[in-house]
Amino acid sequence: MSFTESFRQNFIEDDRWQYLTEGLKTTLVITFFAVLIGMVLGFIVAVIRSTYLRTKKLLIPDLICRLYLTVIRGTPVVVQLLIIYFVIFASVPISKTLVAVIAFGINSGAYVAEIVRGGIMAVDIGQLEAGRSLGLNYRQTMVSIILPQALKTVLPALANEAIVLLKETSVAGYIAIADLTKGGDIIRSQTFSAFMPLIAVALIYLTMVIILSRLVNLLERRLTRNDKR
Amino acid sequence: MISVKDLKKEFHGTPVLRGITEHIEKGEKVVIIGPSGSGKSTFLRCLNLMERPTSGEIWFDGQELTKLRDRDINHVRQRMGMVFQHFNLFPHLTIRKNITLAPVKLRLMSQEEADKKAEELLRRVGLPDKAEDYPASLSGGQKQRIAIARALAMNPEVILFDEPTSALDPEMVGEVLALMKQLADDGMTMVVVTHEMGFAREVASRILFMADGVVMEQNTPDKFFTQPESQRLKDFLSKVL
Repeated sequence: MSFTESFRQNFIEDDRWQYLTEGLKTTLVITFFAVLIGMVLGFIVAVIRSTYLRTKKLLIPDLICRLYLTVIRGTPVVVQLLIIYFVIFASVPISKTLVAVIAFGINSGAYVAEIVRGGIMAVDIGQLEAGRSLGLNYRQTMVSIILPQALKTVLPALANEAIVLLKETSVAGYIAIADLTKGGDIIRSQTFSAFMPLIAVALIYLTMVIILSRLVNLLERRLTRNDKR
Repeated sequence: MISVKDLKKEFHGTPVLRGITEHIEKGEKVVIIGPSGSGKSTFLRCLNLMERPTSGEIWFDGQELTKLRDRDINHVRQRMGMVFQHFNLFPHLTIRKNITLAPVKLRLMSQEEADKKAEELLRRVGLPDKAEDYPASLSGGQKQRIAIARALAMNPEVILFDEPTSALDPEMVGEVLALMKQLADDGMTMVVVTHEMGFAREVASRILFMADGVVMEQNTPDKFFTQPESQRLKDFLSKVL
């Protein structure tokens, strides 16, 4: 079979290209909302953990956070996805995409938390002291002085975490979500040709990752330039 | 104004302050000198509870600080400025924001009032055209003058200086000491940990010599340098003068 014929069969015939475009849409939706959940969750956990490390307050919340980090980082994301879908939401009617958003969000939160905690702890202790010496309380010092500086240093790492997540959502097919990877796989099962659809899927991921990495690089350069002002 | 009774501080079982009893009057300029490791910075940092004393009492304006709740400690800190060895300016904020952040966040002033105050303070510390610059563009001496302006923005009743010139290049020490002298002349109550003997002699109303976690000796500047009593102080002065 010639290249063009194979191309026609895999993508044009029966509008099979729509498996890829629809799948891409699903992948992007899951990634976007999972990143949002991950960031919020990660920030909360990071603030709790660094507050405990710096002031020895919030012991109980810190213990809960540590448990969360250990469990999430110590188990495969596919297993977490399966447990959340087949165990936790077993008897709840809920959209699969929403389950995936929750699962990947909770997973990403653990990695975001460690990145942000690193950023917070990297801010010089003198900054905290300066804020407190002026009479600001811990929360005000954190919000106005520590977090803005921490955020700036970890922004590139957070953006990279989002890129990683984009690729990790490719296991969403395990709970029968028609994401990009699953879309390619469906085409393969219909046409019995693996090369075209799977390479196409890989190229789409690659293109998105390259574009996003470019944006991260731009962002990084922008941030270091601001340092020199 | 500040009374300290039998103040002790240990770090992980190692005693750093071994019982200090001291009284600082309003308007006094107390300079603390002593060898490194003598506990002078720790003593200063206990006064606004940057360090929690292990035991002892700290009285400020009729309140015993070690018994206060966190919220009340924040109120006390608003009235006690602090200037650090490494300036600790906020690098992500302009100089104007560095100065106005605390009074505005604490609702003591509106942003407009604080901006006006910042302008006035910047003139006072001799850096009126730096308001919109970032700390990274300033020299060490300029940074420390801004840090003093930032402390002054809270209208403190006393300012604690923790080795304010120790991190500066030699040619910048003078400008910071000159500003501190000007503050002293304006009647500010000051507690200064420093190695600048010239400043101590010229500005201090009283000099404390700390060694091994206690105030070993104290005197007025003229007698402190000319008639030291303890052997420790004689040795120390012979090394630094």
